[in-house]
Amino acid sequence: MLGRLRQMLIKEFLHVIRDKRARALLFGPPIIQTLVFGYAATLEIKHVPVAIVDYDNSQASRDLVSRFQASRYFEVRRIADRREVADLIDRSEATMALQINSGFSRQLHKGETAHLQVIVDASNSNTALVGLGYVNQVAQGFARDVRMAALQRQAPALAASLPEIVVERRPWYNPDLTSQWFFVPGVIGNLVLVIVVTLTAFAVVREREIGTLEQIMVTPIRRTEFILGKTIPFFLIGLLDTALISLAGTLWFRVPLTGSFLVLAAGTVCFILCMLGVGLFISTVSATQQQAMVTSFFFIMPAVIFSGFGSPISSMPLLLQRLTYLNPLRYQEVVLRSVYLKGVGFEVLWPQMAAMALIAIVMLTVSVLRFRKSLE
Amino acid sequence: MSAPENTIELNGLTKSFPGVRAVDGLTFAVRRGEIFGLVGPDGAGKTTTMRMLAGVMAPDQGSATVAGFDLARDAERAKHHISYMPQRFGLYEELTVDENIRFYADLFGVPRREREERSAELLKAAGMAEFRSRLAGKLSGGMKQKLGLVCALIHTPKVILLDEPTNGVDPVSRRDFWRILYTLLDQGVTILTTTAYLDEAERCHRVALLHEGRMLFCDTPANLKASLPGAVLSIVCADPRPVRDLLAGVEGISTVMIVGDGLHLVVRDPQRMIPELRSRIAAAGLPCDTIEQVAPSIEDLFVEAVQGDQANQGDQANHGDLADPGPGQRRDRGDER
Repeated sequence: MLGRLRQMLIKEFLHVIRDKRARALLFGPPIIQTLVFGYAATLEIKHVPVAIVDYDNSQASRDLVSRFQASRYFEVRRIADRREVADLIDRSEATMALQINSGFSRQLHKGETAHLQVIVDASNSNTALVGLGYVNQVAQGFARDVRMAALQRQAPALAASLPEIVVERRPWYNPDLTSQWFFVPGVIGNLVLVIVVTLTAFAVVREREIGTLEQIMVTPIRRTEFILGKTIPFFLIGLLDTALISLAGTLWFRVPLTGSFLVLAAGTVCFILCMLGVGLFISTVSATQQQAMVTSFFFIMPAVIFSGFGSPISSMPLLLQRLTYLNPLRYQEVVLRSVYLKGVGFEVLWPQMAAMALIAIVMLTVSVLRFRKSLE
Repeated sequence: MSAPENTIELNGLTKSFPGVRAVDGLTFAVRRGEIFGLVGPDGAGKTTTMRMLAGVMAPDQGSATVAGFDLARDAERAKHHISYMPQRFGLYEELTVDENIRFYADLFGVPRREREERSAELLKAAGMAEFRSRLAGKLSGGMKQKLGLVCALIHTPKVILLDEPTNGVDPVSRRDFWRILYTLLDQGVTILTTTAYLDEAERCHRVALLHEGRMLFCDTPANLKASLPGAVLSIVCADPRPVRDLLAGVEGISTVMIVGDGLHLVVRDPQRMIPELRSRIAAAGLPCDTIEQVAPSIEDLFVEAVQGDQANQGDQANHGDLADPGPGQRRDRGDER
């Protein structure tokens, strides 16, 4: 029994090392995804290109423009004519355009409502929304200063006694609100998902395709030995990938691992077992590697989107929110981020682990049964 | 007395797939040291039979005994003594010749010393001794199939099941292949093979003709050929269909069938028939090149046998279909020759 299993494992590892496609799957996604999410993916919006046309050209309007120039959120470009705006936005040279009409300063001084027109390219609704928020912040800050200055001139005593609320920000777990701290732990889950599911599905379907599956079945190997031989390597690879990316996250991106490594490992084991079940299942419904590829894709995309990796689950429609309970990655993302940033342990994360363990048991049972049948 | 001598016994073996009865009550026995051929067109049930005998597919009905083990009860134990070699042996292309052999040897639990000795011997016989560290993916088609044979024989099986093993293999490799098999026969191994090649069928001690899952008859190749009533004429022509329609039903012609490059006829008296055919075809204004007598092929035998079978059943309705199983299938057979 051990001899046969050992030989299955040796063969599987030799294959992964020698096959170009398997090698690419093994090393490509971890490197690319870590770099992408470590450096490029960010929820913050910085350097939004803004075109400003100032028809007032007063002390007040120049003061407002300079506030935009001083903000790190904006990249200001002054234009002379509002007719340029459409062209700039079409060519994506500006995401927003601000127009200050003549009379802006006069209205302010008379205590009337002054208007600042904002045109925004909302083809990316997220950037548009965030950009508008930043514009609003700058404009409100400017308005408050103008009001205070007026009050100061006319009733200094009143101005001094005006109540004010200052927001004291205390962001827990990520004091600098660094996107990397959010993404790097999350990406570990994504990667293990992609690698374990596709490698497992491919490894089995490939044998079916090249005819070795039938060849193996005529030997005295037991089905259990075959299934173990097919899953153990990818279980180990999943663990190895998790370790590698955790290491890169901690050493390179300086994301602190606040919690216990043991808790992280326990969650990862549950999660990998789920993914092995999914991979085996895909292998039972695919006859060729192409089919396995497409089927994996149909699983991977929704699994990542509905995991809370990027967009929060709480802002999804209620029905979809309920469906995410079936998604193992949803739980693993919570485990990864909580262990990394919050440092919590089993006492908090046991429901997530139990859910993953349950999904793993169901998926593996169904897949192994289906798989045994498909070998007939 | 002959019962214990049989290494393979099939008793009413039956297997159905949705909509088709692939193997239908197959009963025959193969003796120890015999090489036995299963012949039939695609869909005759050859591969299904082989897979059931290899223990990877369970029959719906009937039983089979291989190497003394009843497959219904002891398939796993029987597998230690069986070697199954399909049309395309499953090799790992990223593994070397040696690694492939080692993999299959370990699955069969072959001890290391035995493996070393046997693989050296088999590789030498296959003419592949110098390719041991080459990746299987870099071997030629014939080499791959020979490596498959080496892997399939590494555990010293008592029964070898070959499913069209030399399909598409070059002549030199085919010769090596058969030489190895004959050596094994001398050692008391039993071989059951399926084949589409006439020369290979003639290497068998006995041949069984299979059609739609049933066995039409089973005898030595010589007896089979002798049983063909008449001789086979080949007509080479570009458009065989009108010629077939012209000749079907002519007195003295028992079978007309379309082959790759024309027609094959089974006739009672070839010498008298050739001039008559020429004049008939010319009179109809149809183009045709040569008409000559050829050695009967297994396929000719097969069509004759099928017609006999149909006649016995009183089922004449399918006569036309059998004489022409469809252009696609005919073309396939033609290419193989």
